[in-house]
Parts: sequence; structure tokens; C-alpha cells
Amino acid sequence: MTNYFKLIVLGLITLFAMIAANYARDAAYMVHAIIIMLVAGGLFLWTLRNTDEPEPPAVLQTSYLDGVIRYGVIATALWGIVGFLVGTFIAFQLAYPALNFEWADGFANFGRLRPLHTSAVIFAFGGNALIATSFYVVQRTSAARLWGGNLAWFVFWGYQLFIVLAATGYLFGSTQSKEYAEPEWHVDLWLTVVWLAYLTVFMGTIIKRKEPHIYVANWFYLAFIITVAMLHVFNNLSIPVSIFGSKSVQVFSGVQDAMTQWWYGHNAVGFFLTAGFLGMMYYFVPKQAGRPVYSYKLSIIHFWALIFLYIWAGPHHLHYTALPDWAATLGMVFSIVLWMPSWGGMINGLMTLSGAWDKLRTDPVLRMLVLSLGFYGMSTFEGPMMSIRAVNSLSHYTDWTIGHVHSGALGWNGMITFGALYFLVPKLWNRERLYSLSLVSWHFWLATIGIVLYAASMWVTGIMEGLMWREVDANGFLVNAFADTVAAKFPMYVVRALGGVMFLSGALIMVYNLWMTVKRSPAVEATVAASHATPAE
Amino acid sequence: MSKTPEKQKGDPETTGHSWDGIEEFNNPLPRWWLWTLYATIFWAVAYTIAYPAWPMISKATAGVLGYSTRGEVAKDIAAVDARNAGINEQLASTPLTEISADPNLQTYAQNAGGAVFRTWCAQCHGSGAAGAKGYPNLLDDDWLWGGDIEAIHETISYGIRNETNPDARYSEMPAFGRDELLENAQIEQVVNYVMSLSGTPQDASLVAEGEVVFMDNCAACHAEDGTGDRLQGAPNLADAIWLYGGDYDALMETVNNARFGVMPEWQDRLSEAQIRAVTSYVHGLGGGEATPE
Repeated sequence: MTNYFKLIVLGLITLFAMIAANYARDAAYMVHAIIIMLVAGGLFLWTLRNTDEPEPPAVLQTSYLDGVIRYGVIATALWGIVGFLVGTFIAFQLAYPALNFEWADGFANFGRLRPLHTSAVIFAFGGNALIATSFYVVQRTSAARLWGGNLAWFVFWGYQLFIVLAATGYLFGSTQSKEYAEPEWHVDLWLTVVWLAYLTVFMGTIIKRKEPHIYVANWFYLAFIITVAMLHVFNNLSIPVSIFGSKSVQVFSGVQDAMTQWWYGHNAVGFFLTAGFLGMMYYFVPKQAGRPVYSYKLSIIHFWALIFLYIWAGPHHLHYTALPDWAATLGMVFSIVLWMPSWGGMINGLMTLSGAWDKLRTDPVLRMLVLSLGFYGMSTFEGPMMSIRAVNSLSHYTDWTIGHVHSGALGWNGMITFGALYFLVPKLWNRERLYSLSLVSWHFWLATIGIVLYAASMWVTGIMEGLMWREVDANGFLVNAFADTVAAKFPMYVVRALGGVMFLSGALIMVYNLWMTVKRSPAVEATVAASHATPAE
Repeated sequence: MSKTPEKQKGDPETTGHSWDGIEEFNNPLPRWWLWTLYATIFWAVAYTIAYPAWPMISKATAGVLGYSTRGEVAKDIAAVDARNAGINEQLASTPLTEISADPNLQTYAQNAGGAVFRTWCAQCHGSGAAGAKGYPNLLDDDWLWGGDIEAIHETISYGIRNETNPDARYSEMPAFGRDELLENAQIEQVVNYVMSLSGTPQDASLVAEGEVVFMDNCAACHAEDGTGDRLQGAPNLADAIWLYGGDYDALMETVNNARFGVMPEWQDRLSEAQIRAVTSYVHGLGGGEATPE
């Protein structure tokens, strides 16, 4: 019976998408309508094919739902490679502008590829990593199967559709020009649906947990999911110009719009890239180290402090702008107070290793996790420092900001995700161990040196251009033309791009290693491998 | 099922829970962490008392230091303006030709002019003033509208072919091809003739006929010998210096469709002292000419 209902809905969506493609007012919207038409049409046929077929045997409801996590792991690795590749290419475009090929103008010039890169690494790579690991962690630490049956699969595929819509939108020039929130209204609406489904699956699983307490990793995941939902909805409040076009007009204007955008933008860092990934950290670090978490007290204090403080820190992105001074001051002091709550996560992670430090010599996966905490600590110190008005007057608009973001994104988010993938693949595919630990070491060193090249070159160019911009002679006249500062950055741009090449090569080695783990590593004996939901001890 | 964590001698107590084999120690907060957190909170409160911070009903607290970012910038600008006020006035009132006679004034004009140039002019003329295709090189002695200091001052003040200043320098070359003033064959001839003035024509057999076309159509502005006329901004065609390129294709394009380079007026954006400073700077780049008596 539900199948008939599904058929009607899918048929209507297909039909509307056809009409929308026909009346589309711009290329991006037309491409999106065609993609939706094909997806809905394909699902229609698939549902029709399965209607009135004998029911497949019911799934054991006490076992974990791991299929969707396996897909999530593959998607994470795949989008990671795409994001790193585009990032490396645009790094070369900045060093050698001739790579903005004339024949690719309007599709593959820097302006179009840059949001593709940022969204691919944050939302496609990071987002899939968060969804996959949160599904894995919440099941294990709640001793319960994911709630909602196939809803988890809807979350996974719905999120991939969002990624494809966002990416094609950028290439065809559909953007609302808000950093990290570029997709237009129709794509935003779809993400809202998917995200609420994600929240429902996660909450449902926690509610039906068999453990008496909610594990700390799940607090972080839940805070991340709820806050991102709120941020996404408010920052994307807009009125479409036409139901058949991608263009929309923001509800807020002027400095209010800027403030909303950076309230969103900073908390995309705070809740997506920090809180969510701390959820990962709190599961995979104690697991890989085989040691208890250092301090329950610290975890609860730093969790609430982090959640409370992060949400106010956005105005530090708007120092010396039309934003009133009082708002900038508040953004700055909240950022400074945020320093210790952020470090709480690093301390809890690193101290979990006390008594297991010797494992760093033999376990490259653990080494990766520890390095990610090191970069986390470094960038959560650098961030509050850069939020100080006087520092910001030098660092703002320079490459220092880009270096800061990447030491966080490559070092913290990248490395901890790699560690989690190395942990997950043998477990999810029932392999005894990884295919090659020495390849993990190669990945570790390539990525580490790549990040160091990246961050160091951006510190040098950032501080250099900041100083060049403000350099004045004895009479108070500017010494440098803007073009001089751009020209001076060239060598460091090449170094940065080479850092990107190394980071990308490391990730390719990882993909090969994971692939070979699934293909070649010996399987775990069947009895041990069965994954049951275990009750509390 | 899962690996139990390895317990070691001297481990503190755990909270007694275990999730998928993960336990938590009941360690206290690290002292240094807690005290640093307290210190940042204390500092934050103090800072928000000192600086504008807390939003109230009609406006935010102003802070006991009376600080504002706009106020700081205004103070900096006022200080520089006050320091340079005397010499700016002197620069604005000294006849252009006499600026270089006063070494102090000349040095100031060169420095100030350089800063103005790098801020406003470098976008088109390049930060080294070497120009680019369509944007004249200001380092050489080839001038379209005159290279003495007064001519440069006029060009910068009013601009060229812009629609905002009625005193802007103006001239327009006809689009001989597009407007069908010349046959295509004639254009090829005259292009070859022009090429022969400073180098080698593409087709030497057309040069003689080209000269006839040139005398009838071009010489009125570019002069009979092709050396141009600065009063009309007509370029010298005999000096092998080209603004839009001197090869066959570029010249065909120029004669067919003409060129129409525009420069904004600067009178509305820069002060007289700034204009004089940048005039002096451009004049001193190497190609500046003496003012005719």
C-alpha cells in the first residue's frame, strides 16, 4: 500500500520537475530540475518494479544498521579526493593565473571553483564523515539499531543529492554569495528536509538507547545537528524571485545580513567542524588508544562552555566594518573566553593517551589522531588570537586567514577523519586489519609535511602582505601598490600549491590502502564479526 | 565483545559506565586549565567595561576609555593631514614649473605623488608605470597629449574622453572600416604604409597606394610625415611605439574599428595638492619634457 503512495508522490515530483525544467529561467535551475526529474523518475521505476513482489525477509532488528555507514565511508573518501583535487588546482590557479583557461571561463575559473572546493571539503567530505561516524558511534554507544528503518538511507542519499545540486549550481553560476552558504533557496529547502530527517534518526536512536547514560560523543553530535539546523534556516531566509528560477533576495540587508552571515559562518566552523568532529574524537581516540577518557568532569564542563560561547563569536569576522564597535567587542571577548573550552577537548583527547604513549611508535593511525588534536589545539589558539582587534587589523583580508582555516581543516578535520576511516573500514568490512600500516605512515608524513608547507607559506604571505598594505613613509604615504603585494606572494603561492599536492597524494594512498583492505585483508571469523546491539554491562 | 580497555596500575577511578568498551576516568579539571579560563573571563569583563560592548535599550555602553574604531581612524587621518597641511598648501599654490626648484617641495611631491600613483593609477598603468596594451607607458618620452608638466596636470585633472568632465581631452578617430569610409583594399594599403613608417610592411607592393590613402584620410590628424599631433591626441605613427600594437592584425583592427581609450577625471576625487604631487611624480618618471617658453 505504501508503495502506491510512494508512486504517486514520485510521479508528481517527476512531473513538476519536467515542468520546472521547461520553464527554467536560468541554466543552473534547469540542470537542477533535470537532475531531480531523473532521480525521481528513476525511483518511480524502481518502486514500480518492486511493487507486489514478495517481501524480502525482515532484517534482524537487534543488529546494527551498517550498510549506510559503509556507503558513508566510501562517499567520504570519494568527496575528499574531489575536494582536495579542486583545492590543489585552484591553488595553482592563484599562482599561475593562465590556468583560468579561456575555454573554461564561466565554469572552471577560480571564482566558480572556489566555492566548489570549500563546499566539497566542508560539506561533502566533512559532512559525510560526520553523518557516517555519528551513525556508527550512536549505535555502538547506545547499543541500539538506528531508529527509523530506512530513514537513515534517505539521509545518506538525500545528502548526496544536496551535494550534487550545490556543486552543479556553483559551476552554472547559481549562488547567493554567502560564504559557505552559497546554494540558492531550492537547494537550501532540500537540505532542510534532509537535515531534519538526520536529526530524527539520531534523536530516535538516542531515545531508544539501552545504555542508561548518553555518551559524551553523542552530546557533541547532537549539538552539531541541532545548531546547524538553526543556523542553516536563519542564514538562508530569502524570497525567491520566481518559483522557476534559482535567484532569490535575502530577507536581511546591509550589516544585519553581514552579521547573520558571519553568525552562520563562524558557527559552521564552531558546530560543523569543531563540535561534530569532537564527537568523532571522543569515540575514536579512546577506542584506538584502548584507554578510558581522561576526565568526565572536563568533558561536561568544556562541552557546555563551548556550546554557550561559540554562538557569540561571529562578529570577530567583521572587525573594522560597518558593524558597530560594541558588537565587534563582544564577538572578540567571547572568542578569547572560548580558548580554554576549546582546549578542553584537546586536553581530554591527549591525556586519554597517558599510559599509552608508547603506542604512537607502533600505531600510525593513533599517530594521526594525536596529530589532529595537535592541530586542533594550535588553530583554537590561533583563532582567539586573530579575533583580537589589534591582531585582526593586521591579519584580516590576508592569507593568514586562509592559512588558519587550513591548519584547522587539513590538520584537525582531515587527519581525524583519516584516522576514523582507517579505524572503520576493517570493522565495517569484517577485516582483521588494514592492508598496510606502512602506507598509513606514508599518508601520515605526506599529509603532515603538506600541511606544514601550506600553513607556513600562508603565515609568511599573510603577515607580509598585511605589513606591506599598512607600510607608510615618513609623510604618511602608502609605500606599496596592491599589485606589488600580489606579485610578492608568488613564491609562497607555489609552495602552498605543492603542499596541496602532498596532502592530495597522501589521501590517494589512503584510498588505495582502504580499497586493498576490503579486497585483500583476511576476513574476521564469522562468529566474531556479527555485530549485535549489546546491552549495557 | 569489544576490547576492554587495558587497566594499568595507578589508574584513577572511573565513573563506572562503559559505552562500547569506553570508560571515563573521574579526574578533576586540570588546575591550570581552570585558572586560565577564570583569567580570560576576568579579562573579558574588564575589557567590556573599558570598551564599547553591552547593548542597552537605546544604545550600547560606550566604555570608560571612550574608544571607537572610527574615532581612531579619524584621529590618525587628522594627524597626518595636520602634519602635511603647510606643505600641501605650498604645493597647491606654487606654479607647477617651479616645484622642482624647491628640493624640499620636490621630494615631498615625489613621495606623495608615488603614493597617489600606486593607489589610483597603478591599476591601469601598472605599479611601475610601464603601462599595458591600451594603457600608455609613462616611463618613455612618447606622449599622446603632451609631456610637459602643465600638459600632464591638465590630463590628470580632467581626464581623457570621459563623460563626466566637459574639459576632458577629447578626440575620436573614425572607424574607417566599420563605417564604410574606406574600402577593405584601401585599409590594407594604408596599414602597410603605416607599418613602413617605422618598420617593415607586410606587403611592400601596397605601400605606394597606401601613402595616397594616408595623405587623403589620415594626414590631417597624424600629420603628413605621420608624426602625429598632440593637440588632438593623434599618436605619432613613425616612432615604433604602439599603444594597441603595431603588427598587421592590430593595425587592421585599429583602422577598421578605431580605438577610444578613456581615462577618468581626478579633479573630483583627489585634492589639488594630490593632483600636483602625482603630476610631478609622472613628470619625473623619465619622459617629462621642459615647458616651452
